[in-house]
Amino acid sequence: MEINIQKRVLEKNESDADRNRAFFKEKQVFVLNMMSSPGSGKTETLCRTLEQLMPDIRVGVIVGDICTTNDADRLSVTGAKVTQINTDQFGGDCHLAAHLIESSARSLGCDDLDLLIVENIGNLVCPAEFDIGEDARAVVLSVTEGEDKPLKYPLMFQVADAAILNKIDLLPYLDFDAALAVENMGKVHPGMPVFELSAKTREGMEPWLSWLRTKVKEKLG
Amino acid sequence: MHEMGIAQQLVTIALDAIPDDIENPRVEKLNLRIGKLAAVVEHSLSFCLEVISKDTPLEGAELVIDAVPVCLRCESCEHEWQTDTPAFGCPACKDGQVTMISGREIEISSIELADD
Repeated sequence: MEINIQKRVLEKNESDADRNRAFFKEKQVFVLNMMSSPGSGKTETLCRTLEQLMPDIRVGVIVGDICTTNDADRLSVTGAKVTQINTDQFGGDCHLAAHLIESSARSLGCDDLDLLIVENIGNLVCPAEFDIGEDARAVVLSVTEGEDKPLKYPLMFQVADAAILNKIDLLPYLDFDAALAVENMGKVHPGMPVFELSAKTREGMEPWLSWLRTKVKEKLG
Repeated sequence: MHEMGIAQQLVTIALDAIPDDIENPRVEKLNLRIGKLAAVVEHSLSFCLEVISKDTPLEGAELVIDAVPVCLRCESCEHEWQTDTPAFGCPACKDGQVTMISGREIEISSIELADD
């Protein structure tokens, strides 16, 4: 006997994400989901971003990691409200699902925030699949990876609203072809803004900060 | 490894769909539709399902996957096309805004129960 079902398997996550979206709307907070592979410099980029945005914009961060609170410790130095989600001490989920964001966002408060950044777990595959109720997604790629990453992990670049090409200060020492990397991102997601910067030297930070400020302003009205 | 989360949801949805009045139900097949861009690895999903469906009516069920192609539409010139490469620019007008019509599905279409 065949039983017809026709259901999206991630429906539960999608309804959790919708509930998050309603909560963030009520709290008037813009939510950015930051994704990348491990080691792309996501935390460093966020530290430099927070230094520049605060105190004009009140920022909170939810950091996802399989284990350790290392990234949350680094981000706390900026003065932002930071909370950590560990999916497991010795190997858990490689992405943040909407229900995890819900409990963290509620414990963080959000009443006194304009911007909530979710630093997702370092992984270019799974986080792209899970809607967490965010307003925008940014993906970080670094010049120590490969120009073909967008072609190898297309969904991640397809779902992103903006991309950062980080560590450009290292370009003189590498064979990395930055123009080709940007071209590949454009193939996967035509029209997506790409910000070439170095979080370490702060070169190229302003266009990225300006994009983020504009997005926050658009939501807060 | 998001296949484990997907497998868990699959089991929940499938078990909910089995009518209460069937005694000792046994699911023979799980029919799924999975988009080619969904990054679901079939053998990982089948491994995860095997692990978590143990001692449930889904134990031993066969996964039948209908792979859904990536189809796109250009918002500028309304051209629609199918692709099997990760280049999503409009081949007709080379313009920007592209909408994905299919290719990201992770859906359960039906389950088939054994007659005995």
